[in-house]
Amino acid sequence: MSIQTPAVKTSANGRKKGLLDFGIRLSAVILAFVFTSLILLLVKADPLEAYKTLVTGAFSTTSKITSVAASWVPLVIATSGLLFTFTAGLWNIGMEGQIVLGSVFAVGAFRLLDNTAMDPTLVIIIAFIAGALGGILWALLPGLMKVYGGVNEIFGGLGLNFVAKTIAIWLIFGPWKRPGVASSSGTEWIDIKYRLVNMPGTNLSLVILIIAVIVAILTAILLKGTHFGLKLKAIGKNYKAAYLLGIPTTRYFLMAFGMCGLFAGITGAILVTSKQYSLIPDAGFGYGFLGLLVAMLVNYHPIWSSIVAIFFAALTIGNTQLQYMGLSTYFAGVLQGILVLFVVLVDGLRKRLVRRM
Amino acid sequence: MEIATLTTLAGIVEYAVPVLFASIGENITEKAGITNLSVNGTIILSAMGGFVVSMNTGSLLLGFLTGALIGAAVAAIVAFSSITLKQSQVAIGFILALLCRDLGYFLGAPYTNKPGIFLSKVPIPGLSEIPILGPVFFNHSLVVYASYLLIIITFVYMYKTRPGLMLQGIGERPTAAFARGANVKALRYLYTILGGALVGLAGPMYSLAVKIGWAGQLSGLDGVGWIALAITIFGGWNPLRVAFGAYLFGGLQQLGITLQSTTDIPIQILQAAPFPLMIFTLLLVNVGRAEWVERELAAMPEKPRKVISKILRALRTSPPASLGVPFEND
Repeated sequence: MSIQTPAVKTSANGRKKGLLDFGIRLSAVILAFVFTSLILLLVKADPLEAYKTLVTGAFSTTSKITSVAASWVPLVIATSGLLFTFTAGLWNIGMEGQIVLGSVFAVGAFRLLDNTAMDPTLVIIIAFIAGALGGILWALLPGLMKVYGGVNEIFGGLGLNFVAKTIAIWLIFGPWKRPGVASSSGTEWIDIKYRLVNMPGTNLSLVILIIAVIVAILTAILLKGTHFGLKLKAIGKNYKAAYLLGIPTTRYFLMAFGMCGLFAGITGAILVTSKQYSLIPDAGFGYGFLGLLVAMLVNYHPIWSSIVAIFFAALTIGNTQLQYMGLSTYFAGVLQGILVLFVVLVDGLRKRLVRRM
Repeated sequence: MEIATLTTLAGIVEYAVPVLFASIGENITEKAGITNLSVNGTIILSAMGGFVVSMNTGSLLLGFLTGALIGAAVAAIVAFSSITLKQSQVAIGFILALLCRDLGYFLGAPYTNKPGIFLSKVPIPGLSEIPILGPVFFNHSLVVYASYLLIIITFVYMYKTRPGLMLQGIGERPTAAFARGANVKALRYLYTILGGALVGLAGPMYSLAVKIGWAGQLSGLDGVGWIALAITIFGGWNPLRVAFGAYLFGGLQQLGITLQSTTDIPIQILQAAPFPLMIFTLLLVNVGRAEWVERELAAMPEKPRKVISKILRALRTSPPASLGVPFEND
């Protein structure tokens, strides 16, 4: 898929084209909101009130705003990971499972090192490394299956998502079950000394915010400003040609999966240390799938994806307030899906018009 | 044979039905060269839609019709985006898979766990009294009998009729089919929408017949659609092999339910059991094409090489040659 990016062009002509692209994209967003409003009317809800509730639910207090930021962190890291696989032309739908494995490995590290004399900060760092390893391992599997087994990464990844969830459930009900009775609400909480502390009066840990900003910047630099990024892009555009030009495609495919898994694992470790404090069956919280939508919405552009991720995170947080209007909290998913759908369709129409002219 | 065994076997036949409809529907669509990746969301949305409509109208027929219409409508979006607009089929399908799932849960929330109507069993007189075969195959609701017909009709249509050969043509060599007068784009629209309608039927088959009712997320339908897609590949785009895959999956699910009463393994683990198997089968049917396998085989002594390559070739499946490739007729 290739939606034109609203990238800044240098020439005047390019700027005009960029502006036009932006306008087209904006009209797609407006159409999406109109369509979503129709759905709200269908369930006899007032669309304006719903959107207002979403906004106030996300931004009305400091605690809400920091909640949005805390939700932006895993989303932007997950999306950054996906940008590597997307750039190489790969569909890493297994992202969700890779985050789960990151959480599994992080919780495992905490359980292993609990009750040792080790400094808690060091243990947290080890847990993050463990999480990263878990993510990389689970991302390399579909990569290896694609490269050496001929299995399409979409299906390999999907299957592995379910296997990852099964591993989590097995641990929760089996070896890691709570003393007394095992329950799907998760394993025992990690000790309070291993939890990342929120900034006073907020719902946000400064550490994870810094990690997310670093990841986002690093991703933009690696993809846009290095040979590595350029080669990935060449493979994504035409991997046979890239191979003939001497780029070791197999190795780069695996490196893209590895980078994605690294960020997925870090996402998992962040969710464990700052959000859930334990392992639950849905340890990925849907961030992997949501990241795919964000990446598609901005045509795989690193900087834009960080910005759009704020909006998506705000929807996720504001959404919880919709319950008081009697609406299901699946609304955020509906709105996000419709947005991406319309952007892709309108972009297709634009390209069709260009082809015709 | 014991009654318990017969009940289990009958359960397999019944459980396979929605997956069978979905994967044969997808089979038809992919045969025409289009991948409709939205299956998982379509099934959830149409299960909800079919349930709500039949509950409000008291008509099961309208419930199934709603499911088919939802499936056809979603497929029409996929068709428009990929055939007319030439956008990525994976992207549009994946977006719709997520969107339809959440839309199903969102719109269906007020109807969660409400009492509805459902399809009852209609034993076929005579046939259902045959020992063993009768209770396993002919003591079901109508949708199960419909599934037998679907397998046979799809197979015969695809391989034994003229339009069926044309269907294969537009998926394999669309330019050749076009040269012979086929309207490739129109036919692709037709088969995408037809396949989508069959996928859509799978939803009400759950909510009105096999897994009765609508319980939102707890209906446990999330994931079935992805399995249906995998079964299409496993079945090598041949309706008979696809049907076999669907029964294999139904068998595993039924095994899960049976084991649940005898062991204390959590149900979620049993439900996930088919997935590792799915990955393994995908590896089996694909690995024969991998370069390193060919290299290893070439280095082997003649006897084992012949045996192994024979096995690999028997397992190997290959997709319609133009699957996912947009067609331009000028």
